[in-house]
Amino acid sequence: MAEDTRAPKPAREHRDVWITAEEAPDWMSHSTDEGAQTMRLDESQQRLVEQMGVRVADDYVLDDQISEDERMIINMGPQHPSTHGVMRLQIELEGEIVRRVKPIIGYLHTGMEKTGESLMYMQGGTNVTRMDYIAPLFNELVFALATEKLLEVEIPPRAQAIRILMTELNRVASHLVSLATQGMDVGALSMMLYGFRERELILAFFEKTTGLRMNHNYIRAGGVAADLPDGWEEDIAEIVEKIPIGVADYEDLLKANPIWEGRTRGVGVISAEECLAYGITGPPLRATGVDLDLRKSQPYSGIEQYEFDVAVGSNGDVYDRYRIRVQEILQSLRIVQQVANRMPAGDYRTDDRKVTPPPRKRIDESMEALIHHFKLFTEGFKVPEGEAYVAIESPRGEIGCYIVSDGSAKPYRMHIRAPSFANLQGLPIMLADSLVADSVATIASVDAVMGDVDR
Amino acid sequence: MDGWDVAIVLVKVVVVFALLLVATILLVWIERKVVADMQNRIGPERAGPWGMLQTLADGLKLLFKEQIRPNKAEVGMYLLAPVLTLIPAFLIFMVVPIGPSFTVTLGGIEREISMQGTDLNIGLLFILAMSSLAVYAVVLAGWSSGSKYPLLGGVRATAQAISYEAAMGLALVPVVFYAGTLSISEIVASQAGTWGGIIPRWNIVPLFVSFVIFFISIIAETNRAPFDLVEAEQEIVGGFHTEYSGFRFACFFLAEYINMFNMSAIAATLFLGGWNGPTFGLTGFFAWVLPIIYFFIKTFALIFIFMWVRATLPRLRYDQLMQLGWKRLIPAALAWLVLSAFVVGIRQFGAPWS
Repeated sequence: MAEDTRAPKPAREHRDVWITAEEAPDWMSHSTDEGAQTMRLDESQQRLVEQMGVRVADDYVLDDQISEDERMIINMGPQHPSTHGVMRLQIELEGEIVRRVKPIIGYLHTGMEKTGESLMYMQGGTNVTRMDYIAPLFNELVFALATEKLLEVEIPPRAQAIRILMTELNRVASHLVSLATQGMDVGALSMMLYGFRERELILAFFEKTTGLRMNHNYIRAGGVAADLPDGWEEDIAEIVEKIPIGVADYEDLLKANPIWEGRTRGVGVISAEECLAYGITGPPLRATGVDLDLRKSQPYSGIEQYEFDVAVGSNGDVYDRYRIRVQEILQSLRIVQQVANRMPAGDYRTDDRKVTPPPRKRIDESMEALIHHFKLFTEGFKVPEGEAYVAIESPRGEIGCYIVSDGSAKPYRMHIRAPSFANLQGLPIMLADSLVADSVATIASVDAVMGDVDR
Repeated sequence: MDGWDVAIVLVKVVVVFALLLVATILLVWIERKVVADMQNRIGPERAGPWGMLQTLADGLKLLFKEQIRPNKAEVGMYLLAPVLTLIPAFLIFMVVPIGPSFTVTLGGIEREISMQGTDLNIGLLFILAMSSLAVYAVVLAGWSSGSKYPLLGGVRATAQAISYEAAMGLALVPVVFYAGTLSISEIVASQAGTWGGIIPRWNIVPLFVSFVIFFISIIAETNRAPFDLVEAEQEIVGGFHTEYSGFRFACFFLAEYINMFNMSAIAATLFLGGWNGPTFGLTGFFAWVLPIIYFFIKTFALIFIFMWVRATLPRLRYDQLMQLGWKRLIPAALAWLVLSAFVVGIRQFGAPWS
């Protein structure tokens, strides 16, 4: 039940947060000026450690003998084939060796968190699903869970099972994209098309279930938008049967391929301590040997009922991240199979009329039901005052949703803790003292989705 | 030497030029189809039957596109590089024989016309020389573009070409031992016939190691995957041709495919017996045309391997490429060179202990 620890109702007042040019002239002239975001050549030791990690920064000596001609600052992105969207990296090169990296984000900033404050909770799903567009169902799930935590509604077991089924399928799809783009960035072009080939099975099932291949708005507060379609068992059986065959193909293509191993082993290394210090989660963290998986440590939606193993690496390099993703695909399919085997009967959404519109049939019969339906979709449902944080394990790591409610039908503040954003911070450490080609492989292995980073 | 001789040479030049262009058009189409098939795609299918005219359409499109020139480019070199890349590509094929010679009577004299641009007595050296020249275009293009990614590509090209040039040259020396000549037509002639009526007398049989080293080297030499670091799209955008557009870009593209065809033709000539093959006792026109077909079958078989490799393997890293070249291929080529020299020596002069 609700504790009485809710924050007092914050006053809604619009303060002027913009700093004017008179207040901070320096800030104004530089922050938006791209050319001014250069890398300083004389960095303090502290800055270097922050940028390159302890191990590399220690032996970084700025050699005065090297002329400016041999040191080159190159802008990788925002338009670059391998930055997975619009990320920009400033890279300090000595020949082909990357000395320092500075990731610059914000090119895909769409203000979705702010937009979330003017959308009702029922509409919020449409908004959050566009953040991490490779794994949209996780955004929806985490937003729905946070809303439900404030609402304190019971979710029927079938809805929970459907949520697990859909998100784990989404995890498979997301990891397939990751493997595909990783392959492409290392030069194995066929891998890209094979990855998308298998993903197509899942997207077809998503389209059948939710009506869309991405940006589903399927998982909503109170349950899911619709029940699984007729014949979903056969579709799941096909997915569970065919994807491991595809994965076996990738293993043939890459697992023991000496070029692939040469390109990924010992590349983009980051230690467990550095991962934890930067809040890096997901496959990059598990690749270092830390078995942090929120599905085990903070189970959600009844995922604790299903058997699966957490894949853990040991070296924290690109190869381990690739291995973890392959294993997680198989583990997720294992969960999917279990969910499909014991899918509970019942309703796919809560019967709490506060959040769920009345069934279509009732609307024809009852005036009150029609009014109720109308009010729900125009005014939305009110969420009790308070704040809630829920975190789940997305394919990229811990995705969290923090909602502050002032008792109205719209969140007072909605914040998403994006795993891509946190994971991206590790790039300077992973890339310091590597080669240009390694930087591409590492960016792909971090698997940041820029929509998730900028929100 | 009369007017007919000059005419014959001119015709040969035109034939080689046309052959290479047509081969390129076909090659691009074949590559796209083959790779598409390996990757579960359809590939070009709209332009012409089975999309065969797709390359032509792409070429025309490039012709009409704006040719951008960066402000910081070194204009002379920047404009010269695309031309420079085409010249060696066309010249190399001049020494490759594509079939047996035939005789015609022209101007009252019976003349034997070889199916070869010109039979240089230093043909093999000419090939090596021309393929080394090809890299200048890439380096100059990278350097003169006045941009950072092309510069990286140009630097990579320099190192890569030097390393693999050495391995390639060393892999060819045993062929010279076996044939006893540098003339390409004589090397082909030395591979005629069979051993015991079954195994063809091709150089690949005794010199398989040389063939493998040579083939790896020519993949690197033509900047094809997995050695396409020079233009690695995912890393340095387009490498040396990042700043080229329109027909200047098409020149580089054309040269890459012509080089692929050239190198496969040379590998087929030096190791797979060139146009040699069973003629089944045919005479006349068929005995002449069949070897030409053999030559193209062998060449395209090798080109298919090029494509297969491209569809399968990830790209090597710069340092790994260097290691493969200097630490693996060159020592292997040297060891094999000594070994084959020994074998040829025994065959020539008898064993020292006998």
